[in-house]
Amino acid sequence: MAEVTAGTAPEKKKKRGRPSAVRLLMNNTLAAGGLVVLCLVILLALAAPLLPLPNPDVTAPANRLQPLFAEGHLLGTDALGRDILSRLIWGTRVSLAVGISATLIAAFFGSLIGLVAGYAGGRVDNLMMRGIDMIMAFPYILLALAIVAALGPGLLNALYAIAVVNIPFFARNIRGITVGLSRREFVDAARLSGKSNAQILFMEILPNVLPVIIITMSTTIGWMILETAGLSFLGLGAQPPQADLGSMLGDGRKILFTAPHVSIVPGLMIFVLVMSINLLGDGVRDVLDPRLKSGALSRPVARTAVTRTNVPDVRPKTGTTLDMQGLKTEFHVGGDIYKAVGGVDLKLKQGECLGLVGESGSGKSVTAMSIMGLVPTPPGRIVDGVALLEGDDLFSMTDEQVRQLRGSVVSHVFQDPLSTLHPLFTVGDQLVEAIQAHQPLSSADAQKKAADLLAMVRIPNPAERLKAYPHELSGGMRQRVCIAMALANDARMIIADEPTTALDVTVQAQVLSLLATLRKEHNVAILFITHDFGVVSAICDRVAVMYAGKIVETGTTDEILSAPAHPYTSRLIACVPVLGEPGRRLDAIEGRPPVVNNLPEGCAFAARCPKAQPDCRSGEIPLAEMSEGRAVRCLYPETKEPIDA
Amino acid sequence: MPEALLEITDAERRFGGGRTLFGKSLPAVHAVQGVALDVKKGETMGVVGESGCGKSTLARLIVGLDKPTGGTIRFDGTDLVAEAKADPRKLARKVQYVFQDPVASLNPRKTIRTILEAPLIHLRGFDGQKREERLRELMEAVNLAPEFLDRYPHEFSGGQAQRIGIARALAADPDMIVLDEPVSALDVSVQAQVLNILDRLKDEFGLTYIFISHDLSVVESVSDRVAVMYFGRIVEIGPAKEVFARPRHPYTHLLLNSAPVPGRKSLIPEDTNTELPDPYNPPPGCSFFARCPRGTDVCKTAFPPLDQTDGNENHRAACYHPHGDD
Ligand SMILES: Nc1ncnc2c1ncn2[C@@H]1O[C@H](COP(=O)(O)OP(=O)(O)OP(=O)(O)O)[C@@H](O)[C@H]1O
Ligand code: SF4
Ligand code: SF4
Ligand SMILES: [Mg+2]
Repeated sequence: MAEVTAGTAPEKKKKRGRPSAVRLLMNNTLAAGGLVVLCLVILLALAAPLLPLPNPDVTAPANRLQPLFAEGHLLGTDALGRDILSRLIWGTRVSLAVGISATLIAAFFGSLIGLVAGYAGGRVDNLMMRGIDMIMAFPYILLALAIVAALGPGLLNALYAIAVVNIPFFARNIRGITVGLSRREFVDAARLSGKSNAQILFMEILPNVLPVIIITMSTTIGWMILETAGLSFLGLGAQPPQADLGSMLGDGRKILFTAPHVSIVPGLMIFVLVMSINLLGDGVRDVLDPRLKSGALSRPVARTAVTRTNVPDVRPKTGTTLDMQGLKTEFHVGGDIYKAVGGVDLKLKQGECLGLVGESGSGKSVTAMSIMGLVPTPPGRIVDGVALLEGDDLFSMTDEQVRQLRGSVVSHVFQDPLSTLHPLFTVGDQLVEAIQAHQPLSSADAQKKAADLLAMVRIPNPAERLKAYPHELSGGMRQRVCIAMALANDARMIIADEPTTALDVTVQAQVLSLLATLRKEHNVAILFITHDFGVVSAICDRVAVMYAGKIVETGTTDEILSAPAHPYTSRLIACVPVLGEPGRRLDAIEGRPPVVNNLPEGCAFAARCPKAQPDCRSGEIPLAEMSEGRAVRCLYPETKEPIDA
Repeated sequence: MPEALLEITDAERRFGGGRTLFGKSLPAVHAVQGVALDVKKGETMGVVGESGCGKSTLARLIVGLDKPTGGTIRFDGTDLVAEAKADPRKLARKVQYVFQDPVASLNPRKTIRTILEAPLIHLRGFDGQKREERLRELMEAVNLAPEFLDRYPHEFSGGQAQRIGIARALAADPDMIVLDEPVSALDVSVQAQVLNILDRLKDEFGLTYIFISHDLSVVESVSDRVAVMYFGRIVEIGPAKEVFARPRHPYTHLLLNSAPVPGRKSLIPEDTNTELPDPYNPPPGCSFFARCPRGTDVCKTAFPPLDQTDGNENHRAACYHPHGDD
């Protein structure tokens, strides 16, 4: 075996489009502002012993209730004549220390409980979580009060109380995550590597839970400071003469109307502190939460942006359902441009089935989704090409026109039927909705048509099945429902993206026969995306093979399978095991396809091609026609010379 | 004839069941039922079947990730499943596992070095120097550059990640590796790379494989013998060549006729019933009856024993009216 792969590096860890966590955080103005303010406050609090502040606890009755900006007392003095500025800074120090310690304690014990309960499961989990539920059953502040009442007032006891009432919050969050992680395959793998339960829990699972713990901490610490202040305000926390923000507030309460600044100053500080922490916390959460990171929050627009600079002039031909030429679709992520589709031509005649074949990432799905503008923008955009649907350019239509076509003239069938079907509505409701979206039918008529559609896709007892929810149907049944939906409005073209890949072989065989029959009956064109040459044989008339965003070969199914012309096609066919030929040697194609944000000059397959010559590595290799309907993008094809290479 | 490395007798795994606090009995599902299987040293035993037929459950029973609710699983004559309660590492030194999803089976926060070191430390007790040597050998065995040791799983493609999964299994120096759909998540070109590596490693390290897949052509190309599973049971077992050339069980027949083959145009008729029986309410007798074109009344009486032979003791089917008898 050639040692080729030993040399190929894994995806370079170069500065990709994805910015670092810190940069992401700084991009969030609110969070960055929060961080700056918080840092200032913390610095101030830390510097308290160094600052030329009067002793915060020394009373001076003669000097009581000085106003703001009084001589020697910038923020005035309180009812006992103590300097408010000094008390504020020392008090902030105490409040911060208590808030942070309480958070750390709650995080430690809460996470520990969550980790153990989630990992152990069963009875242990039940016991621990019922205990947590009991704590949560008490109103929050009441429980804290009860704890302080039991332990006696004092800052340390308030700290314990706040920590204890927050433990359930951590425990529940962390348990949820741990339950999910414990069922993951890497945990099984660690077990088989001989690791003990404790090693798995703390060395395998904990590192994956850590971001969640940090998120939870950053979003609770503000609350904890507030709660500590609350207890001190009630006189249960810091005991006189010690200052903390809550007790200062409490002291000011009695003289709120005569000397409002005594309570407003600590009140403002609490506000600033908690606000800055919460803003920062939200920012941290957004950065660390993978769901938010993946851009789930930036809603893509309803249709792919088209940014063609020039519109190629293509004359429509009759009898052609789809005529797509020079399609280029790109993804702009960070500073990188992923040329997912780099100039694809597809022609689909009425009632024809064209197979689009290629390996993962070759751009099959993006090609298919570009047709009806289903590629998410951002980051995707169509930068070149035309797609004539029965003569009209889809890329220059209005959004409304395209919306009208979707689900009627052109419909889609996807790999996972569950992503098309809504889990909470019955199959019948969804079919009726699909019908009524494009046809002005009464409910009763639509209902009847829905039943007919189910009968058409050979679902037994259709009238009954209309009342079924998607989860009540088997995978094969669900895919039939999707096909029925695709045909609900007399589609002229179906775009099927790996519609049978997730199905069992026996079910796949049926769905394929069904599609083949329906295609003939309804004279509908099918663009069939798959990676399986066996499936291609079963249903496709013609095949287009894709590699790195380009069609490298096209022709009839028989031609391509029996005499592949492109070296990639022939290598690909050679490495598929074929049923009934167990002795066949599998000649693997060493190496991997190029990444589409960094395509090589010339032929994209050159690095893996045994026939590569120097001239393969420069210029654009054209898709040269070999005979009617047969073309190959190669300078040295396996079979006869191209006509006009 | 080489001795059996693995002997499974009457293995059963039931999920659910038992009673609630109030004595109401809970529904139970048999994921694996009455499975008997011998695997000889050095052979590749293929296991095929469709989703939900119990392939993965069986695999997890063999490597000790799950415990059977009945029956025994013996390695070299010792009941390791029983012993695994006391010392799971003993079993892990004998048999290892390769997962279907190569990326999910690697902890995203660990380097490849840490991942591969775990079995060397916990199962082999290697010290620093020896470990380093072994790590290099392992990477070489699966065709990866040693530089990759300090990278993280997300930097690898599926094929590379699967080779790391194989290296981890090899690190324990096992006699047997259970491969649970090891190439299903991979592209065909990468699939061939991995299959070729597996083939080479088998000779190099004298391994025995249990190769589980739903892809008939892959199983046919790697297996010496195959077992076909349906609804938790083995319905046909025999030398791979025989089973694929002359399937006896109607289900095997259906599977082979349904598989897409390059160049084959005709497919099975679209109105064939493909519904599996309700696992909570299994039919009496043969579980394939509702889908079987050959079924008769006798099929409804009891599950057919796996003893129908065609003269060849090694090729057996669990069917009252197997193909080839008429
Ligand atoms: N939303 C997106 N943002 C950025 N890049 C994307 C996005 N969607 C697809 N791509 C990139 O476009 C390229 C083509 O992807 P595509 O999904 O079309 O491949 P495919 O041939 O359908 O593969 P598969 O067989 O895995 O479905 C890939 O390199 C992929 O990374
Ligand atoms: S153009 Fe050259 S490198 Fe590309 S496939 Fe043809 S022979 Fe190989
Ligand atoms: S036992 Fe009867 S029902 Fe079962 S597979 Fe054989 S013929 Fe069919
Ligand atoms: Mg795709």
